[in-house]
Amino acid sequence: MTRLLAYDAILVALAVTALGALFGPIAVRRGRRDWLMYLYAAVYTNFVLVTVSTLALVYGLVSHDFSISYVAQVGSRATPTFYTIISLWGALEGSIVFWAWVLAMYAAAVVWFNRKREGNLVPYAAMTLLVVALFFHVLLIGPANPFQPVFPVPFDGPGPNPLLQNHILMGVHPPLLYLGYVGLTVPFAFAVGAMLSGEVASDDWIRLTRRWTITAWGFLTAAIIAGMWWSYEVLGWGGYWAWDPVENASFIPWLTATAYLHSVMVQERRGMLKLWNLNLMVGTFVLTILGTFLTRSGIISSVHAFTQGTIGYYFLGFIALVLVATLFLVAGNSDKLASDGKLDAPLSRETVFLLQNLLFTTFMFTVLIGTLFPLVAEAARGVKVSVGTPFFNRMSIPLMVALLFLMGVGPALPWRKAAGPELKAKLVPGVILGLVLAIVAIVAGARNVYSILAFSFAGFALGVNVEEFVRGANARVKAHGESWPIALSHLVGGNRRRYGGYIAHIGVVLVAFGVTASSTFRTEQEATLKPGETVTVAGHTVRFKNAWGREEKQRQVIGATMELMDGNRVVSTAEPRMNYYPTSQQPVPTPDVRSMLSGDLYFNLMAFKQDGSNVTVKVIWEPLVPWIWFGGFVLCLGAVVGILPQRQKMAAAVPAVALAEAAP
Amino acid sequence: MTTKRTKWGALAAVGVLVIAFGWLIYGGLDSNVVYFLTPKELLAKGADGYDKPIRLGGQVKPGSVIWDEKALDLRFAVTDGTGEVVVHSKGAPPNMFKDGQGVVVEGRYGKDGVFKSTSLMVKHSNEYKAPTKGERPSEMYKSLMKSTGT
Repeated sequence: MTRLLAYDAILVALAVTALGALFGPIAVRRGRRDWLMYLYAAVYTNFVLVTVSTLALVYGLVSHDFSISYVAQVGSRATPTFYTIISLWGALEGSIVFWAWVLAMYAAAVVWFNRKREGNLVPYAAMTLLVVALFFHVLLIGPANPFQPVFPVPFDGPGPNPLLQNHILMGVHPPLLYLGYVGLTVPFAFAVGAMLSGEVASDDWIRLTRRWTITAWGFLTAAIIAGMWWSYEVLGWGGYWAWDPVENASFIPWLTATAYLHSVMVQERRGMLKLWNLNLMVGTFVLTILGTFLTRSGIISSVHAFTQGTIGYYFLGFIALVLVATLFLVAGNSDKLASDGKLDAPLSRETVFLLQNLLFTTFMFTVLIGTLFPLVAEAARGVKVSVGTPFFNRMSIPLMVALLFLMGVGPALPWRKAAGPELKAKLVPGVILGLVLAIVAIVAGARNVYSILAFSFAGFALGVNVEEFVRGANARVKAHGESWPIALSHLVGGNRRRYGGYIAHIGVVLVAFGVTASSTFRTEQEATLKPGETVTVAGHTVRFKNAWGREEKQRQVIGATMELMDGNRVVSTAEPRMNYYPTSQQPVPTPDVRSMLSGDLYFNLMAFKQDGSNVTVKVIWEPLVPWIWFGGFVLCLGAVVGILPQRQKMAAAVPAVALAEAAP
Repeated sequence: MTTKRTKWGALAAVGVLVIAFGWLIYGGLDSNVVYFLTPKELLAKGADGYDKPIRLGGQVKPGSVIWDEKALDLRFAVTDGTGEVVVHSKGAPPNMFKDGQGVVVEGRYGKDGVFKSTSLMVKHSNEYKAPTKGERPSEMYKSLMKSTGT
């Protein structure tokens, strides 16, 4: 019953999206704006239908309806309800359902907010979103069907993958990732709409998509940080980034989206880079589909899985379709994409944006090539290889250091040309902070040139970006006699995108401090301890108290109580564990982390004597790692500030913009 | 005139950048690709196999494990039936590590004929297999509970 409801809803949604996608262009071609309501109705109906299907599947999971193939695959009666609900995205088929639902939601929101807009941009964008939705519906009734009947109906199932039910972040990271990943379809749809309707000549579609792009980017950023956090808290190796193909899949489109957020400003201010921006937007979308292909087809973890499932072919076909269609569209519109402006001075903000885009694109290609290389090597030479972390580190660290530097230079430089004395004043605090941090890093023992440069440039960027707030607020205090906090809030409110961007920069600096410090000064110690014995790591003394066991509903737990000492006093305790799930032979390590402002003490239980007489624990001192998570929060705060509506009663700038927008 | 010249200049600059980037990538990949090999394949490489990042897969040769608990020093041999390679690693082995177990070790093969491992993973299939006696979680758990008296 539940199964049929869920399945039929997708079948009807398939028909509705197909009809809508065909009907939309007909309505536009005939100039029948009164028909557009049917196109938009298709978008809303699709949202209702996919919502019904998703809720039905969740109901199936929660009610342990093992006659549904997906529930039989990932459900179990012993799994706590929270993990049962989130197993919606725990395996391939359910994750495609969730994807289709997020896409349907975005499509409905896009149409709702823009339904009254004149012109053909929105109808074509809605059509594009329906075509993408159609593709995912085809997957759901074809190779990724979660609603197949199971007979005889089993009494119980194996439950979700143990790694996915071991930490609460699994309820946070995937939805954020989908909101970001799928959200990048919206600017792509507007780009296609702009090209189909010919509106690509004006920048209006870019202004219209700004909020959507920042929203999707913010979610993707939050998702990547949450994913790093999950990896850190769950996997037990004490790191947060391993250049794993799955991580790279989320990072590659983030790089192009970040490049776009910057280069689009050059287009808005100077009318340059139109073709480039269009390509970045289309490329970002293709990279999200490619990423889904890599992570969902099984091609990466086991290269031979290609022949086992057919879903990979669907993705490849769709990628080819998108590439060919957009190539034709871009070529057909190339006459409208000429630059209005040109580069005036080499030392200007435009130049920094250009360099920044160049570095981000290089970064993207580096990660992409490193990720795809094993596939190419196996296909071409028949050897099984993987590309190790050293490759990615060696290629990306110089790029990241250079980007930190640009992040400090960019905000200080004016548009068009550099102004001497003002520039100097803007750079002074940053340069001082940069020098101080370089010295601090060397004194603290950093010897690697890149890590000293990273500390120094991060400080430089911090100084310049904070200076922007200080200078702007001071000017308001002087001009309007406002108090400092009021001046600051008016300053940010008056140009949310600009100051949201600077807030995001400060977030990046915090992340950079965390990453550089933890990769430069990390110390670890592995020790086999009897009860009462201690081990000292980076000045922190830890005592092993006892090993213990505990039976929980869905798993059995073996843990060790570790006491963090200050002299003879116990300051706090940590309990690294091993969780045993009935479906997995391997225990799932469950590290414990004690956070301080200066860093984390990370405990992982490696082994134990079955009689409890000793345990082997790894204790890692991870300097500044909490800064990464806080920096991620600041990054997202920047995105939020960037999309909030502009304060209405601002000075002369507002009427000018309003006039420009009212003009045909 | 000037626009034409700058256009060619820009194209040349982009060309140089692309070539430099390609060269960097090529060099980076060449020295950092990790090869998946079995002991037999590694030994067949001869001197070519020394000091390259390698992921070696095979079984733990029964009776070859020497584990020094205090020094956290582990030596064992990985075999694929025909060839065998001695592996040296630091740190506690994973819980499931035992004779005959499938393992993947990552590291470099030295001229002294010892494979220095930087990471040791127990290979386990994703498919569910009933744990055998002694490795059932409930048994390990019970024996621990008994000894701690809780």
